[in-house]
Amino acid sequence: MTNINSSTPMEKLTIGGDIYEAGNARDFKTGDWRSIRPVFNVEKCKQCGLCFPVCPENAIPVGKEDLKRKDFNYDYCKGCGVCAKVCPFGAITMVEEGE
Amino acid sequence: MAYNLKEVVAKKPSRFTEGHRMCAGCGAPPVARMVMRALKEEDHAVVAVATGCMEVSTFIYPYTSWTDSFIHTAFECAGATLSGAEAAYVSMKKQGKLPKDKNTKFIAFGGDGGTYDIGLQSLSGAMERHHDMVYVCYDNGAYMNTGIQRSSATPKFADTTTSPAGSVIPGKMQSRKDLTEIMASHHLPYVAQTIAVNNFKDLYEKSEKAIYTEGPCFLNVLSPCPRGWGYPTDMLMQINKLAVDTCYWPLYEVVDGKYKITYKPAKKLPIEEFLKPQKRFKHMFKPGNEWMIEEFQKEVDRRWQELLDLESIS
Amino acid sequence: MSIRERLSGNEAAATAMKQINPDVVAAFPITPSTEIPQYFSTFVDNGVVDTEFVAVESEHSAMSACIGAEAAGARAMTATSANGLSLMWEMIYIASSLRLPIVLSLVNRAVSGPLNIHCDHSDAMGVRDAGWIMLFSENNQEAYDNLLMAHRIAENENVQLPLMVCQDGFITSHSIENIQLEEDEEVKKFVGTYKPKHYLLNDKEPIAVGPLDLQGFLFEHKAQQAEAMKNAKDVILKVSEDFEKWTGRHYGLFEEYMLEDAEIAIVCINSTAGTTKFVIDNLRKQGVKAGLLKLRVFRPFPSTEIAKALSHLKAVAVLDRADSLNAIGGALYSDITSSMYTENVHVPMVNYVYGLGGRDTKSTDIESVFNDLQEIVKTNKVENPYRYLGLRKEEK
Repeated sequence: MTNINSSTPMEKLTIGGDIYEAGNARDFKTGDWRSIRPVFNVEKCKQCGLCFPVCPENAIPVGKEDLKRKDFNYDYCKGCGVCAKVCPFGAITMVEEGE
Repeated sequence: MAYNLKEVVAKKPSRFTEGHRMCAGCGAPPVARMVMRALKEEDHAVVAVATGCMEVSTFIYPYTSWTDSFIHTAFECAGATLSGAEAAYVSMKKQGKLPKDKNTKFIAFGGDGGTYDIGLQSLSGAMERHHDMVYVCYDNGAYMNTGIQRSSATPKFADTTTSPAGSVIPGKMQSRKDLTEIMASHHLPYVAQTIAVNNFKDLYEKSEKAIYTEGPCFLNVLSPCPRGWGYPTDMLMQINKLAVDTCYWPLYEVVDGKYKITYKPAKKLPIEEFLKPQKRFKHMFKPGNEWMIEEFQKEVDRRWQELLDLESIS
Repeated sequence: MSIRERLSGNEAAATAMKQINPDVVAAFPITPSTEIPQYFSTFVDNGVVDTEFVAVESEHSAMSACIGAEAAGARAMTATSANGLSLMWEMIYIASSLRLPIVLSLVNRAVSGPLNIHCDHSDAMGVRDAGWIMLFSENNQEAYDNLLMAHRIAENENVQLPLMVCQDGFITSHSIENIQLEEDEEVKKFVGTYKPKHYLLNDKEPIAVGPLDLQGFLFEHKAQQAEAMKNAKDVILKVSEDFEKWTGRHYGLFEEYMLEDAEIAIVCINSTAGTTKFVIDNLRKQGVKAGLLKLRVFRPFPSTEIAKALSHLKAVAVLDRADSLNAIGGALYSDITSSMYTENVHVPMVNYVYGLGGRDTKSTDIESVFNDLQEIVKTNKVENPYRYLGLRKEEK
């Protein structure tokens, strides 16, 4: 499905624009939208859990077993800063991209 | 089982994936993701979305952000479209054309444009016909997808591109429609108003109730839009908190006609706190416009009191 | 064994729907098709069918619900007329672009305004290029038969397009005529079961339907629709052939009545063909070589076949029961003249807009058309090819 692109001939496109691979937007990376990036300071993090549900991009992974948040998934993070703003412990800082 | 945010997020995979193209800091994706997480993991869902920001950003051919089945048809008919899918389910299940042991739930999402305005008839019809479905309105208070035009959900005095704060007419001159009350007047088994706040407990629990209450249910969820409201993208959660602490957006539910306010701020904040960070209300803070804030406050107070009254008599 | 009955056109359509036993019917009442959902909801409430009847609050929702149901994996049907179809218009295009073989029973009526509840074809003509297969029916029998064939055509994997079966409001829908019905079991066998490859209710393969389809893709998706419409022609003929083997009733792309040796002919659709046949029979007795081409399949438009069938004539009149308000003539006329041009066939041709808003078209009206055609043959001149039939006008 994701091998469909703007040079695919009409015969090879799904009819009606249907998509049969649910959730394949994961193949579309939005990380390059970012102009500022969140930096995670694991030492300061108290694993309070306030940051991960607020991420519009689902870019804060949480361990299935240890229930702890991991570092950001920069493939998708758009740099909105909502996570940094809710963190009560200053464990997330926003820095200019490229710094 | 008591709500445990970490358990929910870690153990229930997101059914609304990354790779969508809603704006950075948009208030809607965390809402949609949490509503979808309220599904039991083993249940399948058919999601219908009205044309709007959420639809045009989550299913751009050939990419979909939904891991469940999804349908979009047009702007004004998410309710009717989903009612057709639900009728198909009822019919085919009855005829043995679908597996007996598998449950499918039906969830619609629409913005305030597709819900309060152009889609109101379709929504009303679907609810009245008693389809087993949940309609979720993510209310960002204007037609954001087409560039911030006023809707009937837009609050009074807001500056939008079709109700600009001009030198003669200072923004939208009409009050906001109360859609949650309109839906309550449909005498549905479950109607609730909620928001993404704190650890999302209110949103999650109401979503779970709405999805697993048989019959038509309605959720109205305030979903701030940093572009349309004019606040910095990182302030989403602060804006949400102010919306509930000023009682601009009361959290409550109506279960079989019985009202229950699910959050009463210990200290109700003045409405300025909610209005001030948003550029769409900037003109209200100019000298000489104090009356606008007073009027806004009166409206909020009146509606809050009405809700308290409804709770106490029901 | 066929069953002899006497039914109105609406009863015939409802009976076909009952025998098809679709999973979902979503409909909103509108004259003159109201009886179809009325009869059908009686079948539902008496447990005669397995269908979920969705009593929607508008025709827009009727088509939206049919789209939702069909995409979910169900067979969905509806019925409407005139303004009902106008209100559906947005969803009519969406149904075909999503490639959903929904079947609609259209009872033709004048589209407002001014308001009028009687027959003309302005409703059908308004959606003629919306990507739906369009079959027209002269009488109750044809409305019934077309509906029995509809799903096998629409659901064919090379087609996958919605289909509407048209019949004339009141003239056909409310007139009780003889009809041959087929047995329930036989219909069930002929129609078969719907097995879509991909559908919303398949939890093992969740799918997404109805994307934002941008510059890189919409063009190709529209061309796919166009291709499917071209494919529909052979499928219609094949299904009609199977239908004939079963029932003995023959259907093609159009019916030729006394056309083979005719010198002058009328082209028309739906019930006016009946009146025209009556007039032709009389003219033939007088030695006038008159004929008829009654179009059944309007979309896809059988252009080559029509041009060939009309090529030997000395003059042709195309009757349009809808005006196009475009200063050049009706829709059927435009399609036929361009087909003839493309096939390099030149036959003097004239267009009559007739019967709007249920204006009665009598045998004398049809006779006058044949008289005009004889005059054209005599003078070899076509003056004012865009004409009206049965219109009151000041004499000049």
